[in-house]
Parts: sequence; structure tokens; C-alpha cells
Amino acid sequence: MKARTFWNAVCSVEDLVPESGIAVWTEDGPVALFYLPHRLPALFAISHTDPFSGANVLARGITGDLGGEPIVASPLYKQHFNLKTGACLEDDSVTVKTYPVLLDGNRILLETTENQREAVAA
Amino acid sequence: MSKKTLIVIGNGMVGHHFLEQFVASPGATEYEILVFGEEKQLAYDRVHLSEYFTGSTHADLAMGTADWYTGQGIKLQLNEPVTALDRDQRIVTTPKGEYGYDELVLATGSFPFVPPIEGREHAHCFVYRTLDDLDAIRASAQEGKSGVVVGGGLLGLEAANALRSLGLQAHVVEFAPRLMPVQLDTDGGALLRHKIEELGVQVHTEKATTDIVEGENARLRMNFSDDSHLETDLIVFSAGIRPQDALARASGLEVGERGGIVVNDQCTTSDPHIHAIGECALWDQRIFGLVAPGYTMARTLASVLNSDRDAAFTGADMSTKLKLLGVDVGSIGDAHGQTPGARNIRFNDEQAGHYRRMVISADGKTLLGAILVGDNSHYDTLLQYALNGIALPDNPETLILPEGQGGAPALGPDALPETASICSCHNVTKGDICGVIDAGCSDLAGVKAETKASTGCGGCTALLKNVVDNELEKRGVAVSKDLCEHFPYSRQDLFHLVKVNGIRTFRTLISQHGKGQGCDICKPVVGSILATCWNEHILATDHVPLQDTNDTFMANMQKNGTYSIVPRIPGGEITPDKLIVLGEVAKEYDLYTKITGGQRVDLFGATLSELPEIWEKLIAAGFETGHAYGKSLRTVKSCVGNTWCRYGVQDSVGMAIILENRYKGLRAPHKVKMAVSGCTRECAEAQSKDFGVIATENGWNLYVCGNGGMRPRHADLFATDLSDEELIRTIDRVVMFYVRTADRLQRTSVWMENLEGGLDYLKKVILEDSLGICAELEEHMNGIADTYQCEWKTAVEDPEKRKRFREFVNLPEQKDPVQQWTTERGQRRPVLESA
Ligand SMILES: Cc1cc2nc3c(=O)[nH]c(=O)nc-3n(C[C@H](O)[C@H](O)[C@H](O)COP(=O)(O)OP(=O)(O)OC[C@H]3O[C@@H](n4cnc5c(N)ncnc54)[C@H](O)[C@@H]3O)c2cc1C
Ligand code: SF4
Ligand code: SF4
Repeated sequence: MKARTFWNAVCSVEDLVPESGIAVWTEDGPVALFYLPHRLPALFAISHTDPFSGANVLARGITGDLGGEPIVASPLYKQHFNLKTGACLEDDSVTVKTYPVLLDGNRILLETTENQREAVAA
Repeated sequence: MSKKTLIVIGNGMVGHHFLEQFVASPGATEYEILVFGEEKQLAYDRVHLSEYFTGSTHADLAMGTADWYTGQGIKLQLNEPVTALDRDQRIVTTPKGEYGYDELVLATGSFPFVPPIEGREHAHCFVYRTLDDLDAIRASAQEGKSGVVVGGGLLGLEAANALRSLGLQAHVVEFAPRLMPVQLDTDGGALLRHKIEELGVQVHTEKATTDIVEGENARLRMNFSDDSHLETDLIVFSAGIRPQDALARASGLEVGERGGIVVNDQCTTSDPHIHAIGECALWDQRIFGLVAPGYTMARTLASVLNSDRDAAFTGADMSTKLKLLGVDVGSIGDAHGQTPGARNIRFNDEQAGHYRRMVISADGKTLLGAILVGDNSHYDTLLQYALNGIALPDNPETLILPEGQGGAPALGPDALPETASICSCHNVTKGDICGVIDAGCSDLAGVKAETKASTGCGGCTALLKNVVDNELEKRGVAVSKDLCEHFPYSRQDLFHLVKVNGIRTFRTLISQHGKGQGCDICKPVVGSILATCWNEHILATDHVPLQDTNDTFMANMQKNGTYSIVPRIPGGEITPDKLIVLGEVAKEYDLYTKITGGQRVDLFGATLSELPEIWEKLIAAGFETGHAYGKSLRTVKSCVGNTWCRYGVQDSVGMAIILENRYKGLRAPHKVKMAVSGCTRECAEAQSKDFGVIATENGWNLYVCGNGGMRPRHADLFATDLSDEELIRTIDRVVMFYVRTADRLQRTSVWMENLEGGLDYLKKVILEDSLGICAELEEHMNGIADTYQCEWKTAVEDPEKRKRFREFVNLPEQKDPVQQWTTERGQRRPVLESA
């Protein structure tokens, strides 16, 4: 049975930093949102928690691409994570959670399991 | 079975090298080793003896440490000359006792020859061989104005330069009609003389000294056979060396007619239990007055004592390449063309001051010898032709013609045979280098570590790099200089592209010269280059995504995602009021507080959103960012200097503050550290820094490219007795040259080691402006200093920039739940349950 999901507005376009990440708080925990304006789609959301240190820091990593895939490098121990799949490039056994993310007008919508503030029907 | 005893007499360069080789061999376990040294210091690098006058100490020149000897189980008895040798009983005698041996090694070196001139025992007459000699010369020079060196050979000219560096008017008196009669011909000698006289050293040739008497205007007067005379305050004899063979002579060992202990190819004397190596040994009627042949003998003997039947000393090449008073001089093989039928080719450019002579065989096929004065750039190629008997080209003169006038390019590494000696100090051939590369070495540093090549005199650095690059390329190891998959360029190339094309953003650079979107390798590099070139705020919108998190948030991220804050405290000088502010801020935000090694205060545990608030308070109290997060100048450490310290000779704190304020904020390939000490006691440990400044009576000595940390390296003395302005100008140049040419994350130490030509090259570029770029480097540095802004000040004043410091953009009050704390030794520290 698929858990019920909700689209939640987490922030606005002005909050985003091009080519970089920001963190938002959700009931599922902290999520890192990345905005890469030169890609399509341009928005990515993965867990903000760095699985190697346990610290909430991934939004503060450097973004880019490796072999054409969008990535972020952990600011602590420098592992790379694929922004589309959450897979760690250095360690097959590690994946961070990814979240569906949408641009709705000026709002950024994130799909999480819990209803938050302003829910939008999925 | 009880161990045999091996005694080594003489703890000089060769004796020490022998011990290093021998203790590493299996045979060493059979022996107790006992070493006697007449000098009171442990073996030191005599080749660089003159550096003792320019700041090096015995510790800098020492070849090993007392701990090393102890660790190897070697008993070292210094200041204890061996006075007698009884071969029948196998006993040596010293003033302290008698010692039995099974095998004996004589490594007694040589002593300076002082011609039998009346008056030579005068108190202000010296020789130039040991540290004690130099101490005596230095003491004598303090009260003196002028000094004479008797002997215009290689060592004599070096001694003359030393006298000059002690502030004396230096003279060279030579018996022969020209300088360096052994190595040079008439034209070469004349050119060298001209160049040396230009440097203020007076040269007197064809002078035979008859006696030395009290002077009228100076301490001494030298009378010459042509009735002329010269007054001087001190005299240094450098009229050749004689092998130290006294013990051998007295005990009836075979010695040469003109001295030297006769040895065979195994370095064994006429007594099978006694061996001789280094300058005291006479092999095939020849004495070798250079260190490299001595090392070869040492290695041979170590093998012989391990019962290696094939070990044999087969002679050594006496070619020399050196810089005398800043003038290049090279002499190779049969420089005087004494081989029957030898022919000469000469090139003499009086305008440029370059002289080159090739001696070639009668059939014109091989190079027998060469002489170079004024420019040694042809030395490596000529030496390889001569040593390896490589067939000369049809027009051999092209080898010494300037390029552009038909000159041939340097000999490519492929033309060298496997047996070609690349590093003569450590006897490394091209074959050895190929061997370690085949065994898995994949870069220059690895080859150096494996073979020790180029870790001796360093003369082979450029050649070694050529050979290694060439071999790696042949094996398909792309010697890739590409920064990463996005840019097919090195950092230095990118610097050029940015500068020359006036590129101001990462996006322009990658779209014009790279591919893809960039990554965590190239983005910070480009960020740093852009910062150096244009000095715009690092939080300018275009630059934010380029920075490492520490640069983006201008603080150092710690393991739980919080940050530490390090305000700048220039020179480590801080008022009590400011110190109180630091304490108050730390208390308010419950920050763990620690003093750093760089003489400032580090405050740990600030959350992202607290950073701007904390900085607002610090800035209000007059603090600036300390750039502890950046690849840029960290601190300029200083000792208290002459304002308080009774030994200090300059205001080291004042200078440290000037330097720190000048270079703060400059973005570099890696962090840069500096320090200033107020006197030679060096309390600020300046020699472990990228830039170390040590006060002298007359100004400042500058040391460059030192390093602490994982790979410690003593900084090299770069320039002496600089005024404040000269010091700053020199640092400006070096620092900018580093910023422009170093690779990503290359500290100055590694950068310099990788510069072709190393320290000498760097000196040429910076002190002689050989590339003609010094004015540009200074101007660039001035521009950066002029446009400095405290990044934190700019950031806290700009609401847009402050937005970046929200922990969670949608819930500003939300605390990060993983940041849990406990208390230890009265302060807060993180508890972190790792996932
Ligand atoms: C100023 C200067 C510059 C030089 N420049 C160069 C250069 O550029 N390139 C180069 O290749 N070479 C150069 N040399 C020469 C080089 O230093 C020597 O070739 C080298 O030091 C020889 O080493 P060794 O061990 O044979 O002798 P040494 O280094 O002289 O060591 C011999 C040691 O034995 C000790 N000793 C002697 N008799 C006794 C005894 N009875 N009992 C106990 N101890 C004893 C001596 O005190 C001395 O310490 C230079 C030398 C000098 C002085
Ligand atoms: S050749 Fe020496 S001679 Fe030499 S650099 Fe290599 S280490 Fe030396
Ligand atoms: S380096 Fe010299 S001046 Fe500075 S504290 Fe030490 S002794 Fe004093």
C-alpha cells in the first residue's frame, strides 16, 4: 500500500540560489533543494542529512555534473551524490532519499508523506 | 658468536654516506660500529659550507642526527682524533684510549694546503674547510675592512664571495695567469675575471707572495715577487687541498708520491683489513676532490663489506657545474683538449658575456670535453653527449650556438642510453628511473622518493623531470594537466585565460573554454582565480555557487554542521578590551573557545543563522574576518621583538602587523602562512612557514616555501638584510608569482620543488627579474591590497547576502535537531550520533 503523500509548498523562487542549494524543514526531516538553472528540470530535492557524518549539511555542498549527471559534493567529507537518484558515487551501498519537487508559479512544491501547512492535492 | 668491530675514522660527508649505506645492508648485523671524528660537530654538508655565512646553522647543514646514530647502534665519538694506528695488533689510539678493530675505514678527507710563505702563521691567516674555520674568519672580519683569498680556483672564488658577504672588500690573488686554471682556458678565465671584477672583487693574477708582514693601513701586508704589495686585514689560503693520509703514512700503508692512500677497485688499501674512501683515497693515481666520487666509493665499499664480488669503483666523472659569485661556470671532461688530435669549437659573445668551448675527437664524432662561462644552459646536454659517447650531429657547432642562430635544441630524453647517469650524487641512471616507473611509480615525486634522484645537489632537477615525463608518456600514462573533466587546462592555464580574456564569471569561462556544469574541483579553483584577478566580494551572486561551504559562509564547518569563527588578530597583538569582547561573545553564544597555533582565538559551535549576528558584534568591536576558511593568508605569527625582548634587533610585531594587513584576503591556490622573528633565536618559528622573516642587525632575512604539518620542510633562505620596503616588495613578487603559477591545492613548498630549476630559478625570476614580470606582479599585488574589503562587514550590511545564513528557509526558528551538546572541561562540545 502506497503511503499517502502530499504536495507541500516549502518556499518561494526568491529563496533559491542559482547553481546552489538551500535547506527547508519538513515533517519528514530536513530537505536540501537545489536549483540548477542550466538543466531541465532545474529543481532537485534530496535529504539534507549527510549519511557519512549524520550532520545536516548537504544543501551547503558544491553542485555540478559528473559524466553529465547532476551532483552535489558533501561539504564535510566530499562524497558526491547524484541529485536525480540520491546514489553516492563513491560508495554503492549508500543512497540518500530523494523527493519529487515542482515549480508552481512562484512556489516550490515538495512531495512528502506528511501534510504540512498548505497542502495541494496530489 | 660475538660481533666483529668496524671502526670508521673521520665523520665527514663520505664517512657519513658510507654509514648510511652500510647500516642498511644485511652485513651490518655482523659488526659493532665505532666512529671517530676530529671535528666537534657531527658530519655536515661541506659543499654548502658557505651558507653558514648567510644564515644556515650547523643543524641546517648536518647530514644526520645524534639520534640517528644511536638508533642505528653506531657509537659516535666526536672531538676525538685518532692519533696512531697499529696494524699488527689492529688497534687505533686516540687521546682517550685504545680501540681494537677487525675492519678499519679511513674517511679522513683532506686538509687545505698552505704554501710555505713566511708569516703565514699570523693570527689573521685562515683556511676555508670547516665550521670552526668559518667561525674564526667571521670573528676576524668583524673588525676588518678587507680580505684577500690566496688562490683563484673554485674554492678560492667561493671564499672570496664569502668575504664579500661578510662586508669586506675582497681580493683574489692567483699565481697562474688566469682564474680557475684547472677548469678553464684563457678566454674562459678572462671572461670570468671580467664578470667577477664587475661584482667588486679585485683579481690579481700572476702574483707570487713572498712574505706576509705587519701592515701600515691594515693588519697585514703581502709582498709579491714583482715588488708590488697589497694590504689587507685578513688572508684566507685556498691554494689547493692535500689528502689527509698521516695515519696511513705513519703505519706504513702504501701512499702515493704526492699523497693519498692507495686503494684498489674495492677501495681496499695495501692492508686487506683497511679501506679508504673519499678525498683521502688515491685510485689509479688520482684523487677525487668532489663529493660525488666519494659517495660512489662509499657505496662500493659497503657492497664489498657485504662480500659482493662484483662491487668495484671504476673512476668518476669530474665535470662540474657551478655558480661562482652568481656567474655560471661549467667544465666537462677533457676541457683543455689534451686528448691527441682533439679539435676545438669556440663560441664567444663578449656582448652577452657568454663563452662556450667544445673539445671534440679527431674524427669529429664524440664530445671529449667542454668549457662554459656565463651561461650554463647548455651544460646538461653537453654532459650527456660527453658521458655517454652519443654521436655528435653533423654540425656539432649547433650545440653551442644560441637558439635562433642555428642552435640545436637540447638533447631529448629519448636520445639518452639506459646507462646515462641522470643524478650523479645518488648515482641514478635512466635505467633505474625506468625501473621504478615500471614498478608502479607514476609521478615525479614518487620517482624522487624511490631513487633519491635530485635530492643531492639538485643540479639534475630539470633533466630528471624531462626523463620522467617522457617515460610516463611513453607508457601511456597521460601526464594529464587537466584540472577535471570540465576543463582541459591546468590552474596556471586557466589563470591566463581569465586574466588575458578579462573573464569575470565561471559561466563565461566554462562555456568558452570548458564543458558541462563544473564540479567541486574546478569551481573553487576558478572562484579563487577570479578573486585574485578581480577581487570582487566572494558572495557576489555569480561567485556564491563556486565556493566551498567554508568560503560561502565565511566560517569553518565542523563535524556536526556548525561553524567555527576566527577573527583576525594581526601579529597576535590584541588589546585587553578586544579580548574581553571575544570572551563576552563566546559566552553569549556558548561557543567553545580555543587558542590557535597561529596566535589567535577560535570560537566553535556557532550555527549558520548565528554567524551574521556574532559577526555584527565582532565588527562593532573593530574585528575583521580572519579568512581562516579561505585558501588565503592565515596568520603572520610573531615574537615580541625588540620592543620587549632583550635579544631582539627589530620590531617583529610591527612588521608582522604590516605584513598581515597587506596580504589579508588575497586568494591563493592554498593557505599561506607567515611569521616574523625579532632575532636569530627564531621564537616565531618563521622557518616553518611559507614566508619566514628573521630580523638581522641590518634589516630582515627572508625565507620562503617552508611548511609545517604533514610534510614539514624548512624554508629556504631567499634574500638577506632587506629594508622594510625591499622585504615587502620581494614578498609581493613571490606571492603573486605563486598565486599565478601554482597548481590547485599546491602549497608553496611543493610549488617551488616543482618549478623547473627550483630555488635558483625562483631567485632569478624574483631578484633578477629574468622574466621581466616583476613590475606587473607588484602592480597586481598593490591593486589587491588597495581593494581589500572585510567580507564579513560587506555581508552583514547586505540583507540579500544575510538571507543565505538561514538554517531552514521556511522555518527560521527551527533548531537543527542533530546538533546535541554536552559539557567537557567547563565548555560545550558536540555529541553526534552518526547515522
Ligand atoms: C667550501 C667548500 C666547497 C665545496 N664545494 C664543493 C662542490 O660544489 N661540489 C663538490 O663535489 N665538492 C665540493 N667540495 C668538496 C667536498 O666538500 C669534499 O669532496 C667532501 O667533503 C669530501 O668528503 P670526505 O668525507 O672525504 O672528507 P671531509 O668531508 O673533509 O671529512 C673528513 C673528516 O675526517 C676528519 N678526520 C681527519 N683525520 C682524522 C683523524 N685522524 N681522526 C678522526 N677524524 C679525522 C676530518 O676532521 C673531517 O671531519 C667543497 C669543499 C669546500 C671546503
Ligand atoms: S646530479 Fe646531484 S649531482 Fe646531481 S642533482 Fe642529482 S642529486 Fe645531484
Ligand atoms: S626571536 Fe629573538 S627577539 Fe624574538 S623573542 Fe626570540 S629572542 Fe626575542
